Amino acid sequence: MSTTTLAVLVPLLPFLGAVAGLLLGRTAPGFVRPLAILPTLAAAVLAVVVAVRQGGGPAISTATELTPTGSVPIDLSLYIDGFAALVAVLVGVVATCVQVYSTAYLREDPRYPSYAALVSLFTSAMLLVVYSGDLMVLLVGWEIMGICSYFLVGHYWETEAARSASLKAFLVTKLGDVPFLIGLFALAADAGSFQITKILGTVAAGGLDHPTLIALLLLAGVAGKSAQFPLHTWLPDAMAGPTPVSALIHAATMVAAGVYFIARLLPVFAASSAALVVMAVMAAVTMVGSGLAAIAQDDIKRVLAYSTVGQLGYMVGALAVGDRGAAVFHLLSHGAFKALLFLGAGVIIHAAGTNSLGAMSRMGGLAKRIPDAFWTMTIALLALAAVPPFAGFFSKEAVLVAAEHTATGHSEFAPSAAGWLVLVAGLLTALLTAAYATRLWLMAFRGRGAAAPDHGKEPLAMTGVLWLLAIPSVGFGLAAGPIAGWFDGGELTPTLVTSVLGTGAAAIGAMLTYALWQRASAKAALVSAAGTRVAAAAGEPAAVAAAESAAEAPEVAEVTHDHPAVPAGPAADPGKAFLGPLHRHAADGFHLDAVYDRLFVRPVRAAASLVRFLDREVVDTYVRGAGTGTQLLGSLVRRAQTGNVQSYLSALLAGAVVLAIATAVLANVNAGS
Amino acid sequence: MHLAYPAVLAALLFCTGLYGVLARRNAILVLMSVELMLNAVNLNLVAFDVWLRDALHAGQALTLFTIAIAAAEIGIGLAIVLMVYRNRGTSDVDRLRDTAEGHEPAANNQSEVTA
Amino acid sequence: MSPAATLAAAATTGPGFLSPTGVEIAFVLVGLATLGAALVTVTTKQLVHAALWLVVALGGIAVEYLLLTAEFIAWVQVLIYLGSVVVLLLFGLMLTKAPIGRSPDADSGNRWIALGVAVVAAASLVWVVVDAFRTTWIDLDGPVQGSTKVSGEILFQHWVLPFEALSVLLLAALIGAIVLSRRNDPADASDKGQR
Repeated sequence: MSTTTLAVLVPLLPFLGAVAGLLLGRTAPGFVRPLAILPTLAAAVLAVVVAVRQGGGPAISTATELTPTGSVPIDLSLYIDGFAALVAVLVGVVATCVQVYSTAYLREDPRYPSYAALVSLFTSAMLLVVYSGDLMVLLVGWEIMGICSYFLVGHYWETEAARSASLKAFLVTKLGDVPFLIGLFALAADAGSFQITKILGTVAAGGLDHPTLIALLLLAGVAGKSAQFPLHTWLPDAMAGPTPVSALIHAATMVAAGVYFIARLLPVFAASSAALVVMAVMAAVTMVGSGLAAIAQDDIKRVLAYSTVGQLGYMVGALAVGDRGAAVFHLLSHGAFKALLFLGAGVIIHAAGTNSLGAMSRMGGLAKRIPDAFWTMTIALLALAAVPPFAGFFSKEAVLVAAEHTATGHSEFAPSAAGWLVLVAGLLTALLTAAYATRLWLMAFRGRGAAAPDHGKEPLAMTGVLWLLAIPSVGFGLAAGPIAGWFDGGELTPTLVTSVLGTGAAAIGAMLTYALWQRASAKAALVSAAGTRVAAAAGEPAAVAAAESAAEAPEVAEVTHDHPAVPAGPAADPGKAFLGPLHRHAADGFHLDAVYDRLFVRPVRAAASLVRFLDREVVDTYVRGAGTGTQLLGSLVRRAQTGNVQSYLSALLAGAVVLAIATAVLANVNAGS
Repeated sequence: MHLAYPAVLAALLFCTGLYGVLARRNAILVLMSVELMLNAVNLNLVAFDVWLRDALHAGQALTLFTIAIAAAEIGIGLAIVLMVYRNRGTSDVDRLRDTAEGHEPAANNQSEVTA
Repeated sequence: MSPAATLAAAATTGPGFLSPTGVEIAFVLVGLATLGAALVTVTTKQLVHAALWLVVALGGIAVEYLLLTAEFIAWVQVLIYLGSVVVLLLFGLMLTKAPIGRSPDADSGNRWIALGVAVVAAASLVWVVVDAFRTTWIDLDGPVQGSTKVSGEILFQHWVLPFEALSVLLLAALIGAIVLSRRNDPADASDKGQR
């Protein structure tokens, strides 16, 4: 089969799997698991084949026009360059892992068939986005992902948190999608085509009339999808969905789509240095803010969610300095280790019976219960913290190198201010990343207290997937050399200065966290000892802390999918000391939701009540007036209804006579004229 | 003879009948007025038939039919008036107001028998 | 308004209204009598007199038919209207216990409206008719048009089907009249004692 045919099959197979899964889900439950795994697996294999055949060579580009659509044609087209081929492999592999993992994770879920079908559809949509050479077709996949994320985040729709989270995810991403759509139209109007190759040709020829406007509009959509400041708020809340869905959304599909989209159309963004600066600012704010917020979170999945936001900030930062190779490289390695982190977190939650890091830190021996998750999570966290031999180090270094390159004025289009911004924010974030990775590891696996409950051995479908994903998390960085040829050809290997700086920052963050943790756990032990003695000598705060900790204890009951409150008291949390007075704000995501509530929700509510008032008091008056007027008129007319046939007949004949006279007069007048 | 004579006579007779229909109170007198109107029409038909010298004499034939229908009409009409009189005790047209707005049919039936 | 005066004023061409033929004089005279009888019919306070004046009016119309050479119709008019319809009406008056003598409430309250409508209708009709036909002349000479022979021929040559349909109608009217005027409940009638 030709490469084109194979490439067409890649998005098509999961789609067919999803359709079949939805159709057969109820009638033939036995087919659901094969239908979920096999098409995705086949798509992954085909994506690998396509990538091998493409081989980083010139882009494969074909287009068929299905039907003429007026001024700007919409084509079914494929555009597979090195980026597309590699991202498709990532999507296929992660989706397969997630599907396999889900068979075990959601073993007893009654809605598993529809869940699996939606995951397949999600995968298919992402693959469509990756392979599509036409922006309209890309948009189709983009929007299907939006609706799939809505359904999947709301999988546990019985809980209020999941319902509102799914609604929030949908609305916030849609908020970005509206300008995105307008931006696409503006772009197509300027370029005269929706096809990416033609658009890029137009950009290269300098034929774009409003580059800044278009870039900013598109950036809004990307910020929504890729969870960048200020539209990132949906992502932490999206943790209400099942953990494998989080892995899928965070690692391979939804959030990657935005970064991938910019990478594809980078020349369009590069045409406007203002857009690049905006992007750099957005990335810097996102990176640092999410790093701080991640340190303060108690829910393990929310920590990972903020970490995703931060890592996406790196990617967008790389794009802002004009190096899409580095961005996609980080996207790939991040996809691998973030999927691993989430799937591992799923295992931890299964084993510990809680989402709360504070609760885990009061639980001894969790690492021994789930050795596979412990080791793979350790690998993934090392990769996340960018410790040298692991994948994250190389990709993050690539970003930092690109930023440094731009900062020192070696880039041909990106302004050096953007470079400095990304570099400084990136280094700061490296510190923060290492800090929250260390905190997560320490609190989850080095807890002290009662032994963790024994839930038996985790199934192979879950642990096997973890080890599978651990391989790229460890070794993908070594691909930095050869993989550069697949991209624009820029160097991806780390330089000495940035590696020293980045690794140093990470080391500082990790050490600091460890030291603070030591202190915090010592204090916690002291406080809990004081709590057991019930002595007045322990002092007021300690007693309160003990009471709080006692109140918290029942949380360790079963897997809860809502977010427990930030723990206080004897939980050995280094984050508090690390952030100091910032902790409270960071835990709340810097009150961004409250700001949104002030800025948007309340005005909208006020406007709604105003409209309600207008409707009730003003519009309804007219409506009621229409009714009353008719009633009055009717009661007037009723009086004519005397029942006397003669008066009816008189009126009838009088009318007839009048009409006859009018006719006669008119006829005479007309005849006379 | 001028056609105007029978035509004007017919018009006046018709309007006389019209007045009678609208002004008379007794249903039988209303019927008489209807007969006057019908006869006015007949007169017109005959006059125009004679003027046009129609080969089929449609006017005269129609006049005969009208006369027959008038006979039938008067028969049915009188039967109805009789029945109304028997049920209501009156044949005054302006007292038969059961279709008036706000009329209560059940209460009226007995009260008007006495009239 | 007098029709003759109106017509005389309107006549300007053709055989003038100012030099009427003998038939015309007879027609106008009989017409005046007919109209007068009709007016009395609809205005008299004595109900039985109204029926008798109706006889005069209908008879006048029969004479007009004769003057228009439609003799068969004239005799049918006399037979059916004078012979049966008026008798039926008189029977009706008697069966509904119409008061004999003057009854002050013979006219309803609708009278003035009725008068207005009728006068306006008459004025407009006369105006239109005179306007349209003031010069039209009926030639009463020539072959006979309304004799019994001619009427019979056209009736049973060209109008057989409507004639037969009419007989069905008459039958239906007959049955209807019987059904309507029959007493349904003899006990109810004897209770009322209205007859």
